[in-house]
Amino acid sequence: MNVVVCVKQIPDPAAPQSLDASYNLNRSGKLILDEADTYGVEMALQLVDKAGGGEVTVVSMGSADDLAGLRNALAMGAAKAVIVSDDSLRGTDALGTAKVLAAAIRKVNPDLVLAATESSDGYTGTTPVQLAELLGMPSITFAKSVTVNGDTLAVERQTEAGYDEVTAPLPAVVTVTAGVVEPRYASFKGIMAAKSKPVEILSVADLGLADQVGPAGARQAIVDVVTAEARQAGEKYVDDGDGATKIVAFLESIKVL
Amino acid sequence: MTLNALWVVVEPANGSLTTTSLELLSHARTLASSVAAVTWGTGDHAAQAGEYGATTLYSVGDLAGALPGAPVAAAIAALAASESPDAVLVPTSYDGRDIAARLSARLDRPVLTNVTGLVDEGGLVTEHPIFGGTQIARARFTGAGPGIVLVRAKSFAAEPSGGAPASVVTAPAGELGAEGAARITATHVEERQGPKLEEAPVVVSGGRGLGESSRYALVEEAARLLNGAAGASRAIVDAGWVPYSHQVGQTGKTVKPTVYIACGISGATQHMVGMKGSKNIVAINKDPDAPIFQIADLGIVGDVNTVLPSLIEALKSRAS
Repeated sequence: MNVVVCVKQIPDPAAPQSLDASYNLNRSGKLILDEADTYGVEMALQLVDKAGGGEVTVVSMGSADDLAGLRNALAMGAAKAVIVSDDSLRGTDALGTAKVLAAAIRKVNPDLVLAATESSDGYTGTTPVQLAELLGMPSITFAKSVTVNGDTLAVERQTEAGYDEVTAPLPAVVTVTAGVVEPRYASFKGIMAAKSKPVEILSVADLGLADQVGPAGARQAIVDVVTAEARQAGEKYVDDGDGATKIVAFLESIKVL
Repeated sequence: MTLNALWVVVEPANGSLTTTSLELLSHARTLASSVAAVTWGTGDHAAQAGEYGATTLYSVGDLAGALPGAPVAAAIAALAASESPDAVLVPTSYDGRDIAARLSARLDRPVLTNVTGLVDEGGLVTEHPIFGGTQIARARFTGAGPGIVLVRAKSFAAEPSGGAPASVVTAPAGELGAEGAARITATHVEERQGPKLEEAPVVVSGGRGLGESSRYALVEEAARLLNGAAGASRAIVDAGWVPYSHQVGQTGKTVKPTVYIACGISGATQHMVGMKGSKNIVAINKDPDAPIFQIADLGIVGDVNTVLPSLIEALKSRAS
């Protein structure tokens, strides 16, 4: 079974974020593999292992100047990486991203496409399902567990009340929630092997999507960015064994107790 | 009003429309002269949809076990071919995101997500909190065709307009290919004690500062003693300590309780956006410089594994 995992190299979420003059997220610093994507990579590796054959391909869009994030996925065990990288992609929205990923994924022709429920920088959370629609595939979002039986998928999908058991024929797109599997650490051997694994870099022209990406393809514009009303910090105490008493007194003052 | 028509996707749950659906209907009617709602399933929601401002209720009908995303999006896309709403508003929920994303690809129109405000400035302008809610990005759609908007829960108040029941119009999904092939075969309801996270007047949330997963039980006990709900930061959900349904933040739930007690949560921007609307915030954290203290009404600089057990003891002795 061949599995594609959509991954994203993002600025470190712990570092301060800023916007550039075109209101795009500043991505000039070091990029890392979105931690949310490591669960999909791990799940893909486990599914291919259980199927007894096939390989995992990671597919991405973004700058190819720094490929450390993709190498990380390769070091975990993915066989190859495909990244669509092009200056004209700057300012591409979620739907444009889905078009780019769909075109790249068609070339791989996988049995299953996995993605995180959303990226940790943009948080739109729509790209995987837009991708499924463009690929003409069923999609199951918010998977807690994924099992493949022949050409059918069985997924436990998170709901407000608990979870649903959902089935779909392959090929399909599934988004996985974080924490459902324990992503493996890359071994030294894996890190060394990743250096010689293939990374294919595609341009927008290679995919024939020239007029559908970038700010023009996004068909949305930022009007402005304003400062939100700030919340004021209140009182702060160092706990001298009276922390709990202070909390109880506070809860009494707001009539919660 | 420069907006003619807004459509609102209204989600059925337990025989009623969800609160977020009603919030969207309430706000839509302040923006547009005509508001229509779109729903699915076998329930009758005409009275409730009308009460909150919809004049028409399009119903996709029984989905026969299909996940709603593909069929509901197909039905809306078919309607949008002859009608032309300015925008389709969709609640940010598990199924809402599927519907909005499918509809976007079908109509070849963008989705604006994580929206917490909608205003009319000679056209629809959407408001998105960014960088942990410290700034608001305001955006609008360009080009021809309806915009698609995913709105976060609790962005608006749900207020009935006293409108008459909406007139129900059948809106079939039509034949779907593989896109619509995902089927629900069983539904599991997890037993939940106490109030729901989004509705609880008190939320006690735990983070990495607890040190290990077993100590989350302290958070749950404090929540129970305060008749509240237990929440979590993304860090401990990702670490597998607690299920995703407990997650508060950008990627999880938005809560606005009377008091939010953050235990061992440093206050990553992604967490703050989900709870900074709380009426009161209490934070317990070892690090005096933790960002959570910048928004806390009461900050306790200390070890959560000391403070929380004493708080539990104090609450227990009050109860007895």
